[in-house]
Amino acid sequence: METSLNAARPALLVLEDGAAFAGTAFGAPGEHHGEVVFNTSMSGYQEITTDPSYCGQIVVMTYPLIGNYGANAEDVESGRPWVEGLVVREISPVHSNWRAAESLGAFLGRFGVPGISGVDTRALTRHLRSRGAMKGVISSVDLDAASLQRKAQASPGLVGRDLVREVTCAKAHTPSYPGEKRHRVAAIDCGMKSSILACLAAVGCDVTVFPASASAAEILATDPDGVFLSNGPGDPEGVPYVIETVRGLLGKKPIFGICLGHQMLGLALGGRTYKLKFGHRGANHPVMDQRTGRIDITSQNHGFCVDMDSLDPAVVELTHVNLYDRTNEGMRHRTLPAFSVQYHPEASPGPHDARHLFDDFIALMDRNRP
Amino acid sequence: MPKRTDIKKILLIGSGPIIIGQACEFDYSGAQACKALREEGYEVILVNSNPATIMTDPALADRTYLEPLTPEILAMIIERERPDALLPTLGGQTGLNLAMAVADNGVLERFGVQMIGANRDAIHKAENRAAFKAAMQKIGLDLPHSGAAHTIEEAEGFAREIGFPVIIRPAFTLGGTGGGTAYNMEEFLLIATAGLEASPVTEILVEQSVIGWKEFELEVMRDRRDNVVIICSIENFDPMGVHTGDSITVAPAQTLTDKEYQGMRNAAIACIREIGVETGGSNIQFALNPKDGRLVVIEMNPRVSRSSALASKATGFPIAKIAAKLAVGYTLDEIPNDITRLTPASFEPTIDYCVIKIPRFAFEKFPETNDTLGISMKSVGEVMAIGRTFPEALGKGIRSLEIGRYGLEEPPTAQRWTTEQLEAGLTRPNPGRLFLVAEAFRQNFTIERIARLSAFDPWFLEQLRLIVALEGSIKDAGGAIDTTLLREAKRNGFSDRSLGTLTGLGEDEVRARRLAAGIVPSYKLVDTCAAEFEAYTPYYYSSYEFEDEVTTTSRDKIMILGGGPNRIGQGIEFDYCCVHASFALREMGFETIMVNSNPETVSTDFDTSDRLYFEPLTLEDVLAIVAKEKPKGVIVQFGGQTPLKLAVPLAKAGVPIIGTSPDSIDLAEDRKRFGALLEELGIPMPANGTALSLDEARVVAERVGYPVLVRPSYVLGGRAMRIVYDAASLEEFAGEAFAASGKHPILIDKFLEDAIEVDVDCLADGETVVVAGIMEHIEEAGIHSGDSACVIPPHSLPAAVLDTIRDYSRRLATALKVIGLMNTQYAVKDGEVFVLEVNPRASRTVPFVSKAIGLPIAKIAAKVMAGAKLRDLGVTTEVAVRHYSVKESVFPFNRFPGVDTALGPEMKSTGEVMGIDPDFGLAFAKSQSGAGQPLPTSGTVFISVFDRYKERIVPIARRLLDLGFNICATTGTAAALNAAGVSACRVLKVHEGRPNVVDMLKNREIQLIINTPLGRRGKDDQLAIRREALVRHITTITTIPGAAAAVTGIESLARGALTVKSLQEYHAGKTF
Ligand SMILES: Nc1ncnc2c1ncn2[C@@H]1O[C@H](COP(=O)(O)OP(=O)(O)O)[C@@H](O)[C@H]1O
Ligand SMILES: Nc1ncnc2c1ncn2[C@@H]1O[C@H](COP(=O)(O)OP(=O)(O)O)[C@@H](O)[C@H]1O
Ligand SMILES: [Mg+2]
Ligand SMILES: [Mg+2]
Repeated sequence: METSLNAARPALLVLEDGAAFAGTAFGAPGEHHGEVVFNTSMSGYQEITTDPSYCGQIVVMTYPLIGNYGANAEDVESGRPWVEGLVVREISPVHSNWRAAESLGAFLGRFGVPGISGVDTRALTRHLRSRGAMKGVISSVDLDAASLQRKAQASPGLVGRDLVREVTCAKAHTPSYPGEKRHRVAAIDCGMKSSILACLAAVGCDVTVFPASASAAEILATDPDGVFLSNGPGDPEGVPYVIETVRGLLGKKPIFGICLGHQMLGLALGGRTYKLKFGHRGANHPVMDQRTGRIDITSQNHGFCVDMDSLDPAVVELTHVNLYDRTNEGMRHRTLPAFSVQYHPEASPGPHDARHLFDDFIALMDRNRP
Repeated sequence: MPKRTDIKKILLIGSGPIIIGQACEFDYSGAQACKALREEGYEVILVNSNPATIMTDPALADRTYLEPLTPEILAMIIERERPDALLPTLGGQTGLNLAMAVADNGVLERFGVQMIGANRDAIHKAENRAAFKAAMQKIGLDLPHSGAAHTIEEAEGFAREIGFPVIIRPAFTLGGTGGGTAYNMEEFLLIATAGLEASPVTEILVEQSVIGWKEFELEVMRDRRDNVVIICSIENFDPMGVHTGDSITVAPAQTLTDKEYQGMRNAAIACIREIGVETGGSNIQFALNPKDGRLVVIEMNPRVSRSSALASKATGFPIAKIAAKLAVGYTLDEIPNDITRLTPASFEPTIDYCVIKIPRFAFEKFPETNDTLGISMKSVGEVMAIGRTFPEALGKGIRSLEIGRYGLEEPPTAQRWTTEQLEAGLTRPNPGRLFLVAEAFRQNFTIERIARLSAFDPWFLEQLRLIVALEGSIKDAGGAIDTTLLREAKRNGFSDRSLGTLTGLGEDEVRARRLAAGIVPSYKLVDTCAAEFEAYTPYYYSSYEFEDEVTTTSRDKIMILGGGPNRIGQGIEFDYCCVHASFALREMGFETIMVNSNPETVSTDFDTSDRLYFEPLTLEDVLAIVAKEKPKGVIVQFGGQTPLKLAVPLAKAGVPIIGTSPDSIDLAEDRKRFGALLEELGIPMPANGTALSLDEARVVAERVGYPVLVRPSYVLGGRAMRIVYDAASLEEFAGEAFAASGKHPILIDKFLEDAIEVDVDCLADGETVVVAGIMEHIEEAGIHSGDSACVIPPHSLPAAVLDTIRDYSRRLATALKVIGLMNTQYAVKDGEVFVLEVNPRASRTVPFVSKAIGLPIAKIAAKVMAGAKLRDLGVTTEVAVRHYSVKESVFPFNRFPGVDTALGPEMKSTGEVMGIDPDFGLAFAKSQSGAGQPLPTSGTVFISVFDRYKERIVPIARRLLDLGFNICATTGTAAALNAAGVSACRVLKVHEGRPNVVDMLKNREIQLIINTPLGRRGKDDQLAIRREALVRHITTITTIPGAAAAVTGIESLARGALTVKSLQEYHAGKTF
């Protein structure tokens, strides 16, 4: 337990449209820019901040009390936080949980991530909801709103940008997990969350993680039972080289994709993607499996979406739909062994309802065993 | 899946009278269910004995039976109505148990009624503690070590095995009834015996104690496609060992990582699936070891509950309504989310604020019992507060409680706590612990130390510490407080009143400075989705934030102030009136705005009014809403004393109060002014006077003549009111009254002995006065009107007396210029009518009167207040009824060990039931049965009355003898009866030897008890008899008139069987 007795340092968040939100700094001092998005999950701030898919984004937590249970060494989705900044109504001055090792502020601070507390995050969320996600700058060094707005406008957006490069692994590796392993899976790491690895391992997969730049040939050379396409940050159109790889794997190996993996599969199949106004980020979205009527409450984190109209329904079956806004959440190739979902069956944070998809992947690999 | 078409008629069971553990949340759920089912075109048959409910309004169901909730009566209703289905999960534990009874005794099968929502097996699996344990073990969930026992020997064996302390939890009870914690074998045997007695299936769970662990609850819903969603997580501030109903609770859970939360969520989903609750809501409780995260399941309630009402209000997700729709076959995705409209109900609400529930206790009513909290629930009501942060919500919650606290600071008059007192107080769970924590911080206790003593989570403690630290800065700043600190204080939940005290500036000055600095609350929406989607329902809470979301319209608005937390003396009846006011004014085309802080109520349902403000009912909070909404009128008449107290200050602040003027309210409430008015009108009141000293008191008492009624000024519900028979006792009781009265004088009235008390509700519009109902009390004056039974129409008063009462009522209403409702209490002594008091507002009896006469008088009153005339509404004459309606009160004595069940001028009841029948005796018998005191028709009656009543008991005993009862009595009573030729055998009192009357009670040799107390507490050796009778559920009558009415009831029962009839049939042709 520790209390924040250090004097409040001011911080400012300014959006490209000029909207400014003053607050108090926590985490690291400094200035970062990014696309400002909100997440409606009430728990799981540590998983969120360490999810590489948030690279390039400043995340607003809609739940106002953040940091209550501190930070620990286990609930991380990668080796470090990736958010450009964290915006909260109140950063807890104290944390209480038997697993906590340090405060959230200290954790973010260690990795140079700035946070701002005291913001009317509901007002900010409503702003983003009505105007759409937009660029912004969080700063505790420059407190001039006009200057920050200029910086926000000048900052690069997400569209078309390759952020995967920043988060993918440097070289192929095979992390070891306990338990019997009956399938060998090649995962293309575009910023893969570690809980996906854990979920694959839990259903008996021995996973070799490849950098996003790996070619189809390199992957096929290892003769895996299946290929996994991971989540990752930014615009799927920013990574044409991975899409190329996916195209080279289609039909050759069973494929399962999550999130960015889903979008890349869509593009590889000849479809299009588009940017959502403010995206889906949270842990409460209902997704229906169109084939069974089953509804899973899902964990979501995406700003782009596959346009199902761009795909031939005779070739690609729309399998999952978001019941909030009817957007696409999953698909399957009708003849080739490939399926993917837009949401996060590995949860972390969020409900575990959709974990059965990992079993589906196993079944797909079994059916396609030579 | 579409709704089911194979069922057309659905039977719903309500939860009966308000009792501790089962309050108006079930009116909320039942009313929602009725509406939801009728919306779908089903015919709804409703049974509930509680007239003070919205659900029993004849407009809510196709047929409404205000009949006792017993298996026999339910069977008669089923036979008469032949419903296709029974929905058992919305009427609390009472409804659930009653449904089980008619399932078990074959009635459902005989008449082809199926249970929907949850079936017999699922209910059994969840409620039977042994079956539940087995089910949880089967799915691999952890539980505390335990054993289910059906006999005391079995229980003892488990206790030895588990080791002390052990927890005792009866099966199929509610609110922890009959449960307890035992620290030794002696205590164990006592609690276990009572627990076995309390369980309808004679089963208790003897369980390892996990006192001090963290307690959590999840509200879960499932549809028939097996889709499951969690509506809300709740973390208890008070750790395990304090019933969740008595705990301060917070939503959502604050101190769980996502990993832990999801583990709990998975467990809850597995639990509802295994138990097999097909559709609807369930509440699942967990305990978590804060040291290592071990999670154990505590229980599941396979029905909507108090917590689900809280969860509905906390999230905006209407659990009961959705549960009803799921029960008839819809799936979650087919039901729209009413708040966002465009998204479905198959989701998990996410909230962007902090919700705190704080229970409200009534220990001051039961001074004989101590206020230690445990696993058996004792609170009588609760408040909910919403804020963006914990301190903000907490501050609002505290001032919503109406316990004279406006924040965590100690009142200026409080004495200083010693370290020992603090340590003891923090260790022993009690209602004041929240304030003790604050005081401990003031005395520099560390978080670790307080956590060690109280087992409160350090996260909560830190929040309190910050508030106390801020309090220190405010005090230091004093009158020089600057804008920054003022804003900081407001953002942390400090009320203007607290700030006024802390700074020494006073509330008004603080408010003036705050407004001058532009520090005003902004209102935010409760929208189920943390602003992800647009919300269409104006359900607001205040916060000192930067953006305000209120969109106002140009329509004429009327604001209704609710009643705040339920408490003894102010409960569901007032919420009923507020809801009616809102409905009536909406009918007239006004936009209605409801303000209330009680999450259990129908008034805080987001679709009761056009706009809902979930806010405390203090001057500050109300003024802020008025400033925002600028209503055309504000109604203070319907929410009981809470809003009435605000009438004068609101009027002073320029708020337009509609209805009876604040000056008239003051005139009726001020003894001096009121006395003068009565004198002027020539209406008699009991001789009286006021006294500031004991000497003065003696003089007044001599003047008016003993016995006298002594009470403090400015208290409610008869607090500290005593009947004093002689000068010697005056000394003792006057002392108590002076203490309660502060610097105000005590009031001394001539006590009218053996007088008949009468309550009258009337309507007035400034021109016309219409008597709505004259209620003759069964018990004599001296038993608080809220505690006595009463009957419409009067069954014994002569016509001349009734005419006098009508005349007085009319003249009083005219003189007070009443616009709306007025309640008057009279005492009739030897044919003379005295006024006891006038309440220029809706009274507790309004719903009862409405249902007895078939006129919605609260609605009519609201319309009158908004300008309509009674004449235009077609209400000009008193309604003549051809049936008897009896109201009986229900008491919480079983919750408070050692408390006397005798009645007096201080109100103690929590709820009421109604019996209705063309025959007075049967109506009375029904009311008794509904109140859980069924009248026996044969057996032995035990009679023991105080000397004054020996003569009057004789005819009553004779009638019982004629009915075939055996009579036994204590020495004096037996002698008096035998002397009068009524044969009675003598039994020993407790101190006279054995076998005595208590032995007979234990052996179930007595079926009815008539025992009048001595009128003063503590000195009555017959308390033991009444307590034993209470534990054994033996019907006990403590007044002579009550006994007479009971005998009339028994005579009627002996003459012919009971029949049932719906309200719609009683009031055919009337519209509500
Ligand atoms: N094993 C236990 N150790 C400590 N406290 C317990 C234990 N079991 C239950 N409790 C406490 O008792 C309360 C009431 O028990 P519960 O089974 O929920 O009764 P009810 O059905 O009346 O709500 C719980 O809220 C919890 O605080
Ligand atoms: N002068 C009196 N003689 C006999 N009984 C009285 C007298 N005054 C009050 N009571 C009894 O005391 C009860 C409570 O008094 P009341 O003035 O109604 O208090 P409250 O404001 O709490 O309702 C009444 O319902 C009545 O039974
Ligand atoms: Mg419980
Ligand atoms: Mg229970």
